[in-house]
Amino acid sequence: MTITASKFQSLELRGVGRSFGGVDALVGLDLTVRAGEFIALLGPSGCGKSTALNCLAGLLPLTHGQILVDGTRVDTVAAENRDFGMVFQNYALFPHLTVERNIAFGLQMRKVPKAELKRRVAEAIALVKLEQHATKLPGQLSGGQQQRVAIARAVVMEPRLVLMDEPLSNLDAKLRLEMRTEIRRLHQSLGLTTIYVTHDQEEALSMADRLVVLREGRVQQIGTPEELHNHPANWHVADFMGYRNLVDLDVVSVDGPNVTVAGNGVTLHGTAVGAVTPGTAVRAAIRPEDLVVVSPSLPVRGGNTAKATVSVVEYHGREFAVGVTTPGGQLLHVRSDHAPAVGSTVELTADPARVLVYPLALTGAAALSDEENELLEVRR
Amino acid sequence: MSSATAGRPHGRTRSTASLRHRLAERGIDVSLLMLLPALVVAIGLFVYPFSYGIGLTFQPTPATQEQWGGGVLANYLAFFKDPFVFNSVWLTMRLALPAALFNVLASVPMAFKLRKRFRGKKLLTTLLVLPITLGTVLTAQGLLIFAGRQGWLNRFLIQIGVIHDPLPLVNNYVGVFLSLVISGFPFAFLLISSYLSGIDPSIEAAAKTMGAGWGQRFRRVVLPLLAPGLATTFILTFVLAFSVFPSARLVGDASGATRVMALMAYRAFGEQTDYPMASTIALMMGVVELLVIALVLLWRSFLYKGSTGGKG
Repeated sequence: MTITASKFQSLELRGVGRSFGGVDALVGLDLTVRAGEFIALLGPSGCGKSTALNCLAGLLPLTHGQILVDGTRVDTVAAENRDFGMVFQNYALFPHLTVERNIAFGLQMRKVPKAELKRRVAEAIALVKLEQHATKLPGQLSGGQQQRVAIARAVVMEPRLVLMDEPLSNLDAKLRLEMRTEIRRLHQSLGLTTIYVTHDQEEALSMADRLVVLREGRVQQIGTPEELHNHPANWHVADFMGYRNLVDLDVVSVDGPNVTVAGNGVTLHGTAVGAVTPGTAVRAAIRPEDLVVVSPSLPVRGGNTAKATVSVVEYHGREFAVGVTTPGGQLLHVRSDHAPAVGSTVELTADPARVLVYPLALTGAAALSDEENELLEVRR
Repeated sequence: MSSATAGRPHGRTRSTASLRHRLAERGIDVSLLMLLPALVVAIGLFVYPFSYGIGLTFQPTPATQEQWGGGVLANYLAFFKDPFVFNSVWLTMRLALPAALFNVLASVPMAFKLRKRFRGKKLLTTLLVLPITLGTVLTAQGLLIFAGRQGWLNRFLIQIGVIHDPLPLVNNYVGVFLSLVISGFPFAFLLISSYLSGIDPSIEAAAKTMGAGWGQRFRRVVLPLLAPGLATTFILTFVLAFSVFPSARLVGDASGATRVMALMAYRAFGEQTDYPMASTIALMMGVVELLVIALVLLWRSFLYKGSTGGKG
């Protein structure tokens, strides 16, 4: 394997922002990427993740901030000279060129000698296992094969950075899982530095070394998959990370990180994330896996208990996914080791350590850039 | 298969499908019958007169036969041997080819520019397309008034001292060329714009991230994808320009530089009342157009013609 990534030490984004006609699509993105890292930009559609990627690629000029590679600005360099590879959501293959010539295109642009070009193209084709399709046109390939051509076309350039814009969103579920492993394998074996945009939290958690969660153009949290999975910084990140049960309650008492919250006749013990004071409205986030129906093998934990009516029961193999309705009328997703009868009343419980209590306001200091914090200071 | 059971030994049950459905299974589409009135009109008003015209070309007048000989082929002999007639092919070509080329080539950068979003785009597009609504006669009249010897343009240029004698812009080759551009450019521009919008912009973005400058992107990515569209557009504007008639007479030099084939056919028909010769010239006009179209289509057949939108 002679295709390897070009080396650099770090890529730094300093307050990168982009606005379209006065509307902010991306605000104050600060991020330092180390060589060889796999970073996922995660968020719902319209959160600014694709904008960030296009800014990095040079397809969109920045309106704020700088991008530096080893201390040298690259945001002023034209896209064609940035030496970043990009994989597009719709693959963007050249429809009139064969697979080989699609992959060779970038090398030809760089005036790579013919012998070396041939060798590198052959290697890239072998890397994505498309040897039998080398002389076909993109239109003759399946979606997954086209996706592989797009990846080969990006990595054959030995780019400093590979940018991927939801590369798997047009594939079916099975292929998506296969390609996920494939991309991760290429990333590791070639020593690539990858920035990967996705709206699929499972994809991001399973592939990335670090995740950047965005919402409405603002960074919500940056951290490892574990950090994000277990300690979301705010209820929005929690929501995105699979904490499907969000319950609005009021704080009764605070004792260090332990809080007691109540509302609608339910009292819960939980763990506070962020500043909460007694009497304020908060949002408790609980994963379906952590909210269980009490049974002989699943006793009440930490005194947390609540009653609810069963409305839906789904069989999930080892356990049952149960939809219950609280007396307050809210639908909750819970797990059970047995199948409760629909319409019956069950008792729920959750470990207080896994009941995360967030302030309602999303503009926590952590979510804001320095510039915005200064602005807030001034306004106070 | 139909289920008409009559002759079947094992008497399958009668199909409950409608007659229309059963006919469709045998490849008969009854609704095609509705084409019949249109077909009658087309035969009566196009196929028959056209065939009649072809027939006429083989019935030369005694005068033609006497002058050029060749029996039933006298009209064709006259067409090729009479320099006055045959030169009109060259004269028409000299107008139509450059005009069509200009219309196509000028449309490409225009269409590129108008692909982006900017203020006043709608206004600019409207201005570019507006000449479609003007008839040839109106365009010719406008050209005469604007660019004639005593026209606004010449008077203005003389007054500000740029020129001393009026520029000869009408009643010659230039006048007809201008009129062909005014009427042909909007067509070419509209067609090429739609072809260009069919090319996924992310393909160009991909070429950009792979290190291709704008010249390379245009030559290696956009042009190959656009070329079939350029060929089609060229054919359409060429045919439009080749059959030029009113402007050749109104703003051209009908007896000299713009003595186009249509004028020759009209002259044979109107002034010499030689229907057979007029039909021959008209037919040969079509043949020349078909030759050019065939050449362009041949070139086009060597190009990539598939999808131009990313996923293929």
